Amino acid sequence: MKFNFTSGAELLEKCKKYEMSMHEICLEREAELSGLSKEEVREKMRVSLNIMKSSTERATKEDIKSVGGLIGGEAKKLTTFRNNGKSVCGTLMNKALVAAMGTMEVNASMGLIVAAPTAGSCGILPAAVVTIGKEYGLNDEDMIDALFAASAIGAIITRNATVAGAEGGCQAETGAAAAMAAAGVVEMMGGTVEQALHAASHCLQNVMGLVCDPIAGLVEAPCQGRNAIGVANALISAELCLAGILNIIPFDETVDAMYKVGKSLPMELRETALGGIAATCTGCSLTTKIFG
Amino acid sequence: MAKDYSVFDIVGPNMIGPSSSHTAGAARLGKAASKIAGQPVKEVKFLLHGSFAETYKGHGTDKALVGGILGFQPDDARIRNSFDIATESGIKFEFIKTDLGENEHPNSVKMEMTLADGSKSTVRGASIGGGNIKLTEIDGLGLDFNGSRPAVILEIKDIPGAVSFVTGLLAHNNKNIATMSTNSPVGSDYTFVTIETDEKLEADILDQLKKFEVVAKAVVLDKF
Repeated sequence: MKFNFTSGAELLEKCKKYEMSMHEICLEREAELSGLSKEEVREKMRVSLNIMKSSTERATKEDIKSVGGLIGGEAKKLTTFRNNGKSVCGTLMNKALVAAMGTMEVNASMGLIVAAPTAGSCGILPAAVVTIGKEYGLNDEDMIDALFAASAIGAIITRNATVAGAEGGCQAETGAAAAMAAAGVVEMMGGTVEQALHAASHCLQNVMGLVCDPIAGLVEAPCQGRNAIGVANALISAELCLAGILNIIPFDETVDAMYKVGKSLPMELRETALGGIAATCTGCSLTTKIFG
Repeated sequence: MAKDYSVFDIVGPNMIGPSSSHTAGAARLGKAASKIAGQPVKEVKFLLHGSFAETYKGHGTDKALVGGILGFQPDDARIRNSFDIATESGIKFEFIKTDLGENEHPNSVKMEMTLADGSKSTVRGASIGGGNIKLTEIDGLGLDFNGSRPAVILEIKDIPGAVSFVTGLLAHNNKNIATMSTNSPVGSDYTFVTIETDEKLEADILDQLKKFEVVAKAVVLDKF
């Protein structure tokens, strides 16, 4: 395949060779891979974007209760707090946190979301792309481009490492989602392919070793909070790279390190609910309360 | 082997939460079972194994399985209310925690269905991560089908040349066979055949296959 890439280095090389951005190469590759036209592929991504937009907003308008009852109402609380005018993180970051935590509320209540790359990390990419897109008055086409750039990063991590918490811990889920989101935001804001790759490196390094320890095994807590920190990770990393602060370790080496760290995590800390926060006294009693 | 992932494997699937393996995968398993049944399901027992047995309520695995039996896709909002919809349609369902054996994938389910004409059908499968699934048994016969390609699964008379009717028909329809496996249980008059193709299989291929006298049962499955 002319536009296929299996690593960050190869992606960068093809971008230079064909004078294309990351999202353009990714769109060409998908058309090649699927046999669909580029327009058809874009239309499919438009469906994903629309689901994302709706999932970032729903929890601010409706009262949502999660299946396990551990989360719900966070997006509304954050919005009220922002409207009181004393946001510690600033308006833009607060909006991103609302979108990330709200999407996790929708997910935990059996609502419609886009796994990106997983359901447990589904708040990060939409929160970053939609919040920044709205802030700067960008249109749907720009946001769709950002999702293709993000997919390129996700495809490389999935291919060369993992995005499954059961295999690599939370660093593989919310770390990968942040890496994808950061690359998408960098391209959407006019950054270069190098900057996007470096932003993805920043994200993975910032949460290297983060364990997967869901209370009662549910995709609720601490998952929702890690989606909030995940979107912050993505926006901070994008900000650094757009300001010209690049990473010291190349993206591919960072992905490799993340995979090795994930594999060396004990089984208790990889989505079994047997370690970390899940194994605390309160975590265990919540499990008994929910499942009897 | 490392796979070249589609962007929609990465940004996707579009799904009803909360878990790609326990919700989206479960819906796909239920849907595959109802498709294999080939007629309306009247009653279904879900035998849940491993992590499915331990955490099915909190993940909505139960609602997703019933939704799948009703033919819902993983992104169908009706999954939330699948119990009521099934009950209104007169479909009985039951969940039983079970142990399918230590070698079974931790996210496995065996679905024992009673169909509209009173016959029984059993489908067993596993949710293997990210919403992807594999089928491991159909009506007592073991298989390993992961839905990476379109497939036709058949029960045909165990007589010389029976398979050639099927392969000939696929060739006639310009369908290239990617993999083929046959399984003929001792003492049975029938052979179980799984054929994966490179091309999508249209519905009329199923009608053509059913016209052959040697074909007792046929199911055409699209990629999962």
